[in-house]
Order: sequence, then structure tokens, then C-alpha cells
Amino acid sequence: MRKLFLPLTVVAAGMFMMAPFLIDGAPYESTMGLVQKIFYFHVPSAMTMFVSAFVCGISSAVFLFKGRAAADRLAVAAAELTSVFGIIVLVTGPLWARKAWGVWWVWDERITSTFVLWLIFNAYLLLRKYGGAGSERLAAGLAIFGMANVPFVYWSVNVWRTLHPKTTVVPTLQPGMRGPFWFCVTAFLLLYVLAITARAHLEAERARLEEIYLSIEE
Amino acid sequence: MTNWWPGRAARALVIAAALAFSTPVFALQPPTAAAQDGFVPVSRAAQQETIPAARLVVIAYGFAWVMLLGYLWSIWSRLGKVERELLAVSRRIDAGERRG
Repeated sequence: MRKLFLPLTVVAAGMFMMAPFLIDGAPYESTMGLVQKIFYFHVPSAMTMFVSAFVCGISSAVFLFKGRAAADRLAVAAAELTSVFGIIVLVTGPLWARKAWGVWWVWDERITSTFVLWLIFNAYLLLRKYGGAGSERLAAGLAIFGMANVPFVYWSVNVWRTLHPKTTVVPTLQPGMRGPFWFCVTAFLLLYVLAITARAHLEAERARLEEIYLSIEE
Repeated sequence: MTNWWPGRAARALVIAAALAFSTPVFALQPPTAAAQDGFVPVSRAAQQETIPAARLVVIAYGFAWVMLLGYLWSIWSRLGKVERELLAVSRRIDAGERRG
């Protein structure tokens, strides 16, 4: 991964620079017009947030049941990224809603459950920072429950009556919209892989530093 | 047998009251969303808008860019700090070993 890191960073940067041109060239949606273009960053951010929640939950389970420190470091990195992509989702969504629905925020099932998911992973990070000794195991348990929340967030629009567009939107995208959308999804996921690699490396370096300090004290 | 069911006037009153209460409830429902099941593409956007969509789109994309770049910078900055500290500690250990 170390050898691929720089070329992949260049590719991701190029994709993010190219994305606005593709989005600009995509057709307008008939009822929402220009504001629907927020979709090309909002949904890929949400997908990345879900992927990150799964990475955090699975790594936490591996840490809890197998005791692998590397899995714990990956879980911390994934939790932080879940929070970052969650903020993007929770800010771009209301900006879209303001025009499409006439309101900034509605306490409907999809929006509220996404907010709760984001809160769970922020609780994980706060627990890791201020929880003291043993908090990593408690946080790992929390991350598993956070991951379990993801399918509920995804299906909420199909089960409950909500204002939010349903899960049928992405599979039924028209060709002009499909290309830019999947391009953005690829760019976001590539950036996610790079960011989680760098963040997990930071956690590994911190662990190494802590080990050195402990060995000096002994 | 007791006739518990109210008379015609009372029934009309109950129905009228139910309607009177239900109307504001329906009015309080959030507005119906456009394009919930699928998006229909068109070549041009509406020309006249009460809420300017362009500003919202620019803020959304600007925010996403700032968040992502800011986060990447924060990783780079924290990593640099830890690596500098690692280097400093290793130098101190080496110096201590040479003296000892």
C-alpha cells in the first residue's frame, strides 16, 4: 500500500477536480432543477459513511473477540472517518432540503436515524478520548451497535412514510446521471481508502511512541 | 335495549368536529416531496426561483471540499507531530546509550 499511496493520491485528487465538470454536464432533474446536483456529493458521502461504519464495527468485533491491536487502530480510524463523512451528509442534506422541501430539517426516519448513527460514532470517539483505561473495549461494543444501525438507516425510507427519496433512486438513474454519480462514488471511496490508511498509520505510530515511553519508564 | 348510538344531529356534530380537527393536522404534514421514487432528467432548470439553488449548491460543494481537505491536513499535521516526537525520543535514547 505504501508504494501505491502517492499514485492513488494523485488519481483521487484528479478525480475530485474532474467531478465538478461531470456534475455540471449531467442533466437537471425535472422537479428539483439545479439543487438536485447536491445529490452527486451527498449520496457518495452517505455511502462512504455506511462503509466506514461497517469497517469500524467489523474491526471492533475482531478486536473484541481476537484481541488484535491492529484491528482496534483501524476501528479508531474508521470511527473518525464515519464522523467526517457524516458531517458532510448532515450539512449537504439540509441544503438540498431547503430548496426541494422548503425546510432545512424534518425529523423524519431517514434523517433522524442518520443523525443518531453519527452521534453513536461521535460517542465512540469521545469514549476513546476521555474514557480512560479499558475504554477501548467499551467503545468496541458501541461500534458494533453503531454498525447494526446502518441497515435500519438504509431501509428506513422504504419502510416508513418519509419525505426523503427512496432507495430506488440510485438503481433507476438515467444514463446521463449514472456516469457522474458512480464517478463521484469511486472518488469518495478511493479517498476513503487513502484517508483510513493514513489515519491507521497515525494510530500505529502513536502506539509505537507509547511503547517507547513505557520501555523508558521501566 | 338501550339505544347508545347518538341521534342524527349528534352524529353530524361528531363528524364536523372530526373534520375540523383533522384539517389542521393534514395542513401540518410536511410538504409532499418531489421525485421520491426516481429522478427524471431535463435539459434546462427552471429560470425563476424563490430560493436561489445555485447558492445552496455552491455552499454544499464548498463545505464538502473544505471538510475533506481540512481532515486530510489534520491527519498530515498529527502524523508529522508524532513522527517528530518519535525521532526526538529515539535520539535521546541513542544519546543515553552512548553515555551509559
